[in-house]
Amino acid sequence: MARPGAGLPSPRLTARDTAAEAFAGIVQRPGRAGLTMLGTVLGVGAFVAVLGLTATGAGQISRQFSVLEDTTVTVADNGPANDVAPAGTNPAIGFPPDADAIADHIRGVAAAGVWWPVQLPQGTNFSASQALSGTTSQTVNLLAASPGAVKAMVPAMVAGSPLTTYENDTAQHVAMIDTSTASALGISPARLPSHPAVFVNGIPYTVVGVYSSAQRVVSGGTAMLIPEKTALKDYGNPQPGVGSQEEAQMVVATRTGAAQEVAKELAAAELPTDPHRLVVTPPQSPLKLQGEVNGDLAGLFLILALISLLIGAVGIANTTLVAVLERTGEIGVRRAVGARPRHIAAQFLAESTALGTLGGLIGTCIGVGIVVIFAAVQNWTAVLNPVYTLPAPLIGSVVGLLAGAYPALRAARTSPLAALRHA
Amino acid sequence: MTAHVIELRGLARTYPGPPPVHALRPTDLVIGEGDYVAVTGPSGSGKSTLLHLLGLLDAPTAGSYLLDGLDTSTLPDRDRSALRGRRIGVVFQAFHLLAYRTALENVLLAELYNQTSRSTRVQAAVDALRAVGLGHRLDALPTTLSGGECQRVAIARALVNQPSLLLCDEPTGNLDSRNAAMLMELLDRLNSGGLTIVIITHDPNVAAHATRTVAISDGILSEQIGTGRG
Repeated sequence: MARPGAGLPSPRLTARDTAAEAFAGIVQRPGRAGLTMLGTVLGVGAFVAVLGLTATGAGQISRQFSVLEDTTVTVADNGPANDVAPAGTNPAIGFPPDADAIADHIRGVAAAGVWWPVQLPQGTNFSASQALSGTTSQTVNLLAASPGAVKAMVPAMVAGSPLTTYENDTAQHVAMIDTSTASALGISPARLPSHPAVFVNGIPYTVVGVYSSAQRVVSGGTAMLIPEKTALKDYGNPQPGVGSQEEAQMVVATRTGAAQEVAKELAAAELPTDPHRLVVTPPQSPLKLQGEVNGDLAGLFLILALISLLIGAVGIANTTLVAVLERTGEIGVRRAVGARPRHIAAQFLAESTALGTLGGLIGTCIGVGIVVIFAAVQNWTAVLNPVYTLPAPLIGSVVGLLAGAYPALRAARTSPLAALRHA
Repeated sequence: MTAHVIELRGLARTYPGPPPVHALRPTDLVIGEGDYVAVTGPSGSGKSTLLHLLGLLDAPTAGSYLLDGLDTSTLPDRDRSALRGRRIGVVFQAFHLLAYRTALENVLLAELYNQTSRSTRVQAAVDALRAVGLGHRLDALPTTLSGGECQRVAIARALVNQPSLLLCDEPTGNLDSRNAAMLMELLDRLNSGGLTIVIITHDPNVAAHATRTVAISDGILSEQIGTGRG
């Protein structure tokens, strides 16, 4: 008797043929394929859109907050109260005389300088040059500021120029005033070339610059700025101690992303002998801010996306199962012409996986489109994390693979005779 | 003496029921190479059960079935699938063509599991369709073909792997008399070329084309001597 199976190669279905059969199965029933994919398209699309919109929103929020807040480091002098050091000596004001230059040497610092509110006695009188106006004002804040501090404040100059290093080093009686103060004192920015002055209790300060606003320190109010060394000479040391409202402070403008590192290095660089005297306040970490936004919004929407994906999986499973039942005759014919159960399973599994992948691809495109269009309408920058976006179609593949497993198994178990009888 | 393509030894098929149905009682039958055998009998007599057993679409409950000398009853599913694909061609009454596939694609389906290159498969499928007179309808969908043409596509599909046995289950059952005559003429020609054919029919005119006729009644086979064109 001959050996069983002698001389006959086993039936085989190559990966290429499996893919071709799956492709044919999909394109020959485009309507059904489209409806089958719908759940996956919605699920993956929602997944990509949710993550993209959340990242875009968080990026926008952190950008708005970060431009100023995240590039500003403040340092306060927390030295002993009632420090009795002579005026102009250190460390009575906490910061060394060359504080600006030291800070400038730290990588990431754009501008830095010392400032403090000058404490004036009750009833201090502000008035403009007698020749210009007799108006007096008692509501002007007088701030001492080093040239670095003025630069870090980023004042928007209307006329003249900011306080210079020369004016500070030589303790010149000069001042910068804001437009409101200028208006109250009757000083017209256009008249600066005639060297108008502001008299503080009779001490004249020539106005060298008028600014409309500043990004830091005086962002919310009005202030007359005089050179740091002029203030020391005229009014003495500021009072140390955080919270005294008159302690010397340093304002540091950093480059984007450098604030945290600058904050770490600043105290030791400025006051290596007593760094704890300086209280450094860095901005809130933008990553933390973004994380908080992501955590709040994305969690909820991701659950919705997962529910959509689950619905998509059930849709594919259901339709594939119906397809198996509907194509029982085809299964019978394939078995009759030599297909093995594993070939039948592979074909249906490949079809459901291909449908899932296609759904995932379309869903990803739609999701990306939603994010881009939304960002464009809002005039925001679209933020799409490639770690989530690029593998998104694979989510569809996995959904298709899992959803097709049971129907494929059922198809494989169909006996050829039963399949042909029910055809 | 010609070689035996089919050799049945006490082959039987009983459906468990209840009650048990003895669709095919223990049967001995030998069919040689080039034989043209008609199996006739009324509905429910066991004709289709015999064809399904011969086509390895069903397994017997007793006895053995040797195909080209191989005892198929001891073969694993892998080898039975291989025999179905390579040695046996089956033509069904209902054609069983895939509605969304062209005539050529339907024939190619039978070669899908053969481990041959696609170009070889396409050439063989085209040749098979030309052999049944459908060389001009390669890209036609079954819905646009007549019943006779559909059955010829089914025959091309059954023959494309050059089997040693062609099984036909009521092949003219869904055809008008003209198409039925053309189909039988085709089968006669194939048999003349040396192909072994077993045809299940209850139509005496169809059975008359065979060289041997085997009658089946209540699952019992009996050969009728002197019938048919042989």
